[in-house]
Amino acid sequence: MKALLNIAVLSLTGALGLVLAWSILDLPASAVRLPEQVTAQLDMSGVAHPVTAVLLNFRGYDTLLEIAVLLLALLGMLALPRQASGSKPRPVPASPMLQTLARLLTPLMVLVAGYVLWAGAHRPGGAFQAGAVLAGAGVLLHLAGLLPAWATPGRALRAGLATGLLVFIAVAATLMTQGTLLQYPPGWAGALILVIEASLTLSLGLILAGLYLVLADSKVQA
Amino acid sequence: MIFDLLLAAALLWSAVQALTTPDLFRAVVLFIVFGLLMALAWARLDAPDIALAEAAIGAGLSGALLLDAVGHLRQKRRERSP
Repeated sequence: MKALLNIAVLSLTGALGLVLAWSILDLPASAVRLPEQVTAQLDMSGVAHPVTAVLLNFRGYDTLLEIAVLLLALLGMLALPRQASGSKPRPVPASPMLQTLARLLTPLMVLVAGYVLWAGAHRPGGAFQAGAVLAGAGVLLHLAGLLPAWATPGRALRAGLATGLLVFIAVAATLMTQGTLLQYPPGWAGALILVIEASLTLSLGLILAGLYLVLADSKVQA
Repeated sequence: MIFDLLLAAALLWSAVQALTTPDLFRAVVLFIVFGLLMALAWARLDAPDIALAEAAIGAGLSGALLLDAVGHLRQKRRERSP
């Protein structure tokens, strides 16, 4: 009986996979040639890498909403009723080896984040990847016992979490007075994108690390 | 070509293993392996931006989060049955 059921489920999933593959192959070619359009407009975008141009210029609106969603997710976690687990130390104290390694690696990771952010203008890279590297450094420091968990984030930390979204909204609102939301003036596009990306990197690093550090040492009340 | 086929096979294998293994720790390690292989696949598909994001967020941060969760679960289990 069970073997029969297994065979039925397997053949159903196989059929579904085949239909999916067939429908993807059967899709009509897109009527709008997006890559050509991006390449044609690339000179006006202020950056030389098409992906960054799309994320921060042509579709900047999407990125603005993305950072807002991430910040909302973290705010939701902060709003959970929590209680600190008290004076209970970490189960295994980190070895001096790990602590030394973390101390050595963290400046390098900050350097890499800065490079990835800067490289985003003309090659693969950008704010999200740089923010992830920063967050990785934060998590590493916490695991090595060098960075306490953020049970109640202070004023500076809250400001850092919100900087990315606030700078982005400020730029958008300023440009709004010129007519259109997030339409950069051609001469300023590169500088504005760099400012937005730098603040996004800081906030993304803090938010992604926060998803890890906020709940690290506390028990969520069921 | 051979590399691509091997990569696709390894992706499928690690995905199936991560989903079916009963050991949580093993599953998390396999998930990280899957993320790194996926980053390689994105790089092979000429999408280095997505490869970077996958390696940093998919394999790195999510992997660390899941490992920490496994650690917490183990600790809780130890407290319950000393």
